[in-house]
Amino acid sequence: MALLELSDLEKSFGAVQVLNGVDLQVDEGEVVGLVGDNGAGKSTLMKAVTGVYPVDNGRVQFDGEDLTQIEPGTRRSKGIEMIYQDLALAPQQDVANNIFLGREPTRRLWGLFPNFVDKVKIDQEAQKMVDRLGVHVPTIHIPVGMLSGGQQQTIAIARALTFQPKLVIMDEPTAALAVREVESVLQLIRQMRDEGIAIILISHRLNDVFEVSSRIVVLRRGNVIADLQRDETDMAEVVSYIVGAHT
Amino acid sequence: MSSNGTEGPVAPATSFRFGFGAVARALERTHVRAESLLVLVALAAIMAVLSPVTGDGTRVFLTANNLFNIILASATFGILAIGATFVISAAGIDLSLGSVLGLASVTGAALVVTLGWPWYFAIIGSLGAGAAAGWVNGFIITRGRVPAFIVTLGMLGIARGLALIISNGRGIYGLPEEILFLGQARPWGVPTPVFILIGVALIAHYVLAHTPFGHHTLALGDNENAARATGINVRKQRMKLYTISGLMAGIAGLIFTARVNTGDPTAGLTYELLAITAAIIGGTNLFGGRGSILGTMIGALIMGVLQNGLNLMAVQAYYQQMAIGAVLIAAVWLDQVRAQQRE
Repeated sequence: MALLELSDLEKSFGAVQVLNGVDLQVDEGEVVGLVGDNGAGKSTLMKAVTGVYPVDNGRVQFDGEDLTQIEPGTRRSKGIEMIYQDLALAPQQDVANNIFLGREPTRRLWGLFPNFVDKVKIDQEAQKMVDRLGVHVPTIHIPVGMLSGGQQQTIAIARALTFQPKLVIMDEPTAALAVREVESVLQLIRQMRDEGIAIILISHRLNDVFEVSSRIVVLRRGNVIADLQRDETDMAEVVSYIVGAHT
Repeated sequence: MSSNGTEGPVAPATSFRFGFGAVARALERTHVRAESLLVLVALAAIMAVLSPVTGDGTRVFLTANNLFNIILASATFGILAIGATFVISAAGIDLSLGSVLGLASVTGAALVVTLGWPWYFAIIGSLGAGAAAGWVNGFIITRGRVPAFIVTLGMLGIARGLALIISNGRGIYGLPEEILFLGQARPWGVPTPVFILIGVALIAHYVLAHTPFGHHTLALGDNENAARATGINVRKQRMKLYTISGLMAGIAGLIFTARVNTGDPTAGLTYELLAITAAIIGGTNLFGGRGSILGTMIGALIMGVLQNGLNLMAVQAYYQQMAIGAVLIAAVWLDQVRAQQRE
């Protein structure tokens, strides 16, 4: 059975129908490239998966469970992580706190006061994660806003990986990066895949998509119009689906 | 700032703003602005030098009694400033603090004095009225998507009007002894409000600096999308923050009532100015993402020292209002200048 199974998802904003009954499956350890023109519904579809947008109709099944009515925080704890294009980092908070944002480990202070954020543990775990990913930051106590775009991207990835996710959705992870930084992000994606994590990669950069994906799904006007094996297709075919020349 | 610094590890430049790195770093960790501490010390020194001299040659400003007076006066708006710190560090604002203080003062007094209910209803009434007003603020801000600036400005009018209606525009005198204890007693020689201020500040510091709730508050003020994306319930968080702010106004209202033995409908007039100024000069970022109760307490003391010193020098209250307003603008201006330098 597939890890993620979307069936007949529909979503509209007012009069605008953004998703017209989308079906999509993603298996464990699979990298799926999700492509499509602006406004095709890629981001909306992914926010339907993370639960940020409740859907009007259809079903979101993950790891054998129906998550359609489940709120985002719970979905996250069940193993769905999303890395947003704007990275969703809090610039004035330090690297370690950003990695644990929304999931701070707590303990009792002096055995008395409850809900004390375990900053020592946060720092230790964050350091481990940063080392594991080979991120070059001067210190994990530095505010995230002081880091470069590439560094921030890897911090966002580190945050996504800290709680052993089963599925990571990445929205344009390479769009704003320098060439050298792009390569290291693609390398991270391969590393995640090898660890058995499923990845949905949203990107306009077809080169990057072809580089790491095994399947490429094309979304157009809220419908999946092509679901292609990477090895059986080429860039020209994908582009023709994206622009609607190939139907 | 570290333009010549190719050697050594890169640290936040702010750590080296002053020579004494260790102190500055410790302050940095608690989000206290080092300058605010310096300003407090400098201001206190100036006031001490300028204050009148008593018969035996000591400066009036430096007498133990006067120092207690400063903290006592700071206690009321200091607690309001704690409320302001919570909402401002989440990129919100509460302009209704002073009016809600007045409403809380009158509500508590009316229950006990006018209706003759037991003394503890003054506490329940004040805190309840404050929290309720804050809850309404939060409800309209989050449900109606009305800007906090407008909602709390409206509440400024509503709460003050309600306070005047409840009290018929007159002070409600004569509270029971148990309540007066909260404002006028001096256990171990220290005024009760000082204990209340310290207690509330310690709890607030714990909540803002050391609990997930505090972390989420700062993250929400820093980047609302980040908060939402990491599964923080932004709406609930805001509701709680405005309710806390109102609750602080309730506690401050109770202390006010107890100090002057009156439920006063005009209590706390323009106190939001003091409270917000104290929070901002204490290092809370007006645009959210950074805030510290310790800093706010230093800010409140700065305001207290300023007021007290000007009083001792017999400066008219009108000028004091101007001075406080100028301090608020100057603090934010300075912040902006520094932000531009960083870019």
